[in-house]
Amino acid sequence: MLAKRIIPCLDVKDGRVVKGVNFVNLRDAGDPVELAALYDRERADELVFLDISASYEGRATMVEVVRRTAGEITIPFTVGGGIASVDDMKRLLRAGADKIGINTAAVKNPSLISDGAAKFGCQCIVVAIDAKYNEQWREWEVYTHGGRNATGMRAIAWAQEAERLGAGEILLTSMDADGTKDGFDIPLTRAVSEKLGIPVIASGGAGKAEHFSDVFIEGKADAALAATVFHYKEMTIEEVKNDLVSKGVEVR
Amino acid sequence: MIAIIDYGMGNLHSVSKAVERLGRQALVTSQEADIMDAAGAILPGVGAFGDAMDNLRESGLRDTVLRYAATGKPLLGICLGMQLLFTESEEHGLHQGLGLLPGRVVRFPQGDYKVPHMGWNRLKFERPSPLLDGLDEGHVYFVHSYRALPENPGDLLATTDYHQPVTAIVGRSNVYGMQFHPEKSGELGMQLLERFVGMC
Repeated sequence: MLAKRIIPCLDVKDGRVVKGVNFVNLRDAGDPVELAALYDRERADELVFLDISASYEGRATMVEVVRRTAGEITIPFTVGGGIASVDDMKRLLRAGADKIGINTAAVKNPSLISDGAAKFGCQCIVVAIDAKYNEQWREWEVYTHGGRNATGMRAIAWAQEAERLGAGEILLTSMDADGTKDGFDIPLTRAVSEKLGIPVIASGGAGKAEHFSDVFIEGKADAALAATVFHYKEMTIEEVKNDLVSKGVEVR
Repeated sequence: MIAIIDYGMGNLHSVSKAVERLGRQALVTSQEADIMDAAGAILPGVGAFGDAMDNLRESGLRDTVLRYAATGKPLLGICLGMQLLFTESEEHGLHQGLGLLPGRVVRFPQGDYKVPHMGWNRLKFERPSPLLDGLDEGHVYFVHSYRALPENPGDLLATTDYHQPVTAIVGRSNVYGMQFHPEKSGELGMQLLERFVGMC
């Protein structure tokens, strides 16, 4: 049986990690490559780098970070943030990234999903969706530009469309749960996961180890992503996995 | 030197870095002389079976790989590279493979589960092999939509369970294959690669 995956996410700006500098045992806690190697040693199953650089130079730096990371770690990693063309994808995949995350660019230009999948394979293309509950619709709406812009698109329908276009996975962030540490958004995750034949990575809201078993068992997620709780050592990957094992969830 | 055979399919950087981390020189190459000279060769690959065989044929690397394998030096196919070792594949039509191992590559049967088989799954060792010597069963990272069915049960070294037994490691004399990505499979993946480069 497939193991459920635990995925730390690193926000990187101009080649430096911006959150979570709480690691005493690292020479340079701001170096994404060192942090990635640490998570590899701590048995993270995968990593996500989110590039939040605003400038062209910052983005160019990310390619170098990817190249160095690929030489250091022994688990798959995804790079997302500001990727808007097949050429951008190619540069990062060539540098050693395993998967590419696209969000706003995919909403603006859905053929980016099919073009990327045709060129590099479905397994490479992760469509990231930021979703927020819309009271009027009684379902979730897609937001872009880091959660600033409402799109008028329904999240479940957009996830299904992304799958049809060739996405290999959906990285689903609940804007309602994000930052609360009250747990993942179970209704959202479950609603999307039950409609899809591709894996769903739940994101936003992790605060305690039990939140992970909830989102795997109740939310039907295939993987769960968290940033702050791991970066600030509020819990370790090992603690999360021990809790999952005690509840009969298969982990690596 | 370990040759990483470059035939235009997929990311070779991670495989080459993993070999270097094990203290061996790795050379990403499409040159026949390099490959024939190498102490060991790795055939990686991500993508479609038919495209991969076309690339191998057009570049002349198909014959090179077969000549290399005939020397008796160790060869390791990874992911699609493992599938290419077999007789044929039914991925998007019927395609002839390298034929180094008898068997077919077939689609996962229809069922209530997700395809591709993607993520960490547990290896079950089926028979003793120098590749598995002293290692413990554990999880490795898979990404694939087709699975290999070796004709000769003796070639099947390890399986994993994904709603049915799935071929994970194959081997016959000097020819080995891994369906998962050892270079992306944590400590166990590195140990498996280490066993392979140790034969080279």
